[in-house]
Amino acid sequence: MRRAAYVLGLPVVLLAAWFVLSAGSENFYAPPLRQILESFGETWTLDRLGADVVPSLLRLLAGYALAAVLGVAAGVVIGLNRRVRATVEPVLEFFRAIPPPVLVPVIMLFAGIGDGMKVIVIVFGCVWPVLLNTVEGVRAVDGVQLDTARAYGIGGPARLTRVILPAASPQIAAGLRQALSIAIILMVISEMFAASNGLGFTIVQFQRSFAIPEMWSGIILLGLLGFVLSLLFRLVEGRALRWYHGLREAQRRS
Amino acid sequence: MLEVTSLKKVYRSGEREVEALRDLTFTVDNGDLVCLVGPSGCGKTTLLRCIAGLLEPTAGTVRLDGHPVSGPPPGLAMVFQEYGRSLFPWMSVRDNVELPLKQKKLPRERRTALVEETLDAVGLAGTEKAYPWQLSGGMQQRVAIARAVAYEPSTLLMDEPFAAVDAQTRADLEDLVRALWQRLRVTVLFITHDIDEAVYLGRRVVMLSSSPTVVQDEITIDLPAERDQLHTRADPRFTELRTHVYEQIQAAKRGRPSTEAAV
Repeated sequence: MRRAAYVLGLPVVLLAAWFVLSAGSENFYAPPLRQILESFGETWTLDRLGADVVPSLLRLLAGYALAAVLGVAAGVVIGLNRRVRATVEPVLEFFRAIPPPVLVPVIMLFAGIGDGMKVIVIVFGCVWPVLLNTVEGVRAVDGVQLDTARAYGIGGPARLTRVILPAASPQIAAGLRQALSIAIILMVISEMFAASNGLGFTIVQFQRSFAIPEMWSGIILLGLLGFVLSLLFRLVEGRALRWYHGLREAQRRS
Repeated sequence: MLEVTSLKKVYRSGEREVEALRDLTFTVDNGDLVCLVGPSGCGKTTLLRCIAGLLEPTAGTVRLDGHPVSGPPPGLAMVFQEYGRSLFPWMSVRDNVELPLKQKKLPRERRTALVEETLDAVGLAGTEKAYPWQLSGGMQQRVAIARAVAYEPSTLLMDEPFAAVDAQTRADLEDLVRALWQRLRVTVLFITHDIDEAVYLGRRVVMLSSSPTVVQDEITIDLPAERDQLHTRADPRFTELRTHVYEQIQAAKRGRPSTEAAV
């Protein structure tokens, strides 16, 4: 009960402040919150959710999943092999330093303006935090754990799946968490550049047609979406890394 | 039988060379319980890693049951000093004990039986589903011992396994090792820096010099096979043996070549 009060307290205060302060707003670009909320219900009908939000989410999930798989796979290879690491690390740092949005026009030239382009943009942006965190996680596996695995004949695929990946998983999860917020940003940006549906596309359309309350309602929906996704992520992470949080807790107590 | 012959290990980093082990020769007979004791920093862990096949010696050989050791031998199980890091925290106690058995491709019924049996033998029945970090330090080391025993090794290597647990837990664990050794008839090589522990546990004690390490001395512990913390440690013979080992270790620390070094 108290926790719920803490979690909900500030958002409620902020919303109330917005509602009260904007109530008499005459500014065309900053309409009263009441009006925005009214248009929220009218704008985001089930049809619209199906037509614009679902495609956005599918692109997001496809790009994110692909980036996760690629990032972890490449990260394991690089993390386990010192020579490969020395060779590719400078190149990785270079690619990571490129802000993915600037690649949208370039990727459009090659991949067109379809779903493929958006997925590629998301993958290109998300893969780096996953990759670099996996490399770090794999490198930092405890030597005693590796010795134990060797001494007990745990080799081959089991060494990877039962020892190295679990040992690196907290760090991999940190990369995945960063990647998730990047994925949402890139989903919207890629849709703003060129698309025929999707959340980013719709918000831009509203803005261009001066449907200002509708535009604001889209932005609120986007915020809610990000919030729900990160909540889901934390839920899944909490379950998958239950051992890690428990271990940390136990170490703090001792 | 474990035979260590003229074992030498030199660590090289750039121009610098550190000779950790100079020339070590000793044997451990099948079914024997031998304690290796030496001053701190005498290369005990280096030696153990060479025996376990985790480290390549610079010269000399390790042979286990007649076969030269060039990688971790299948008939050998190891209990590490750092139980907290050697058990996998992402697995339950059961999975920790069972994973090496899966790698050995034992059938499921056999694995289940072994896990149950060994956890019972170390006094941890009923903790299968717990994670290692939910247990106390002493219990975690018991899990590590159960994992080693379940592996059904012919030789058990223990690297200062009780260095990080409190004194009372330590006494219990020492008795556990004696009991398991007597019951399973495995060969045990137990490394420690604790002289009392070496004399209390061992049937033989091998004393190491300080680094670069050679064998300083070797004695047979002629105490009765039935030992207990109270009476054995009060036995005058225990005190004599302990004094002898202590003197040898002191001599080793001063770097004086021993006059009665045995091979």
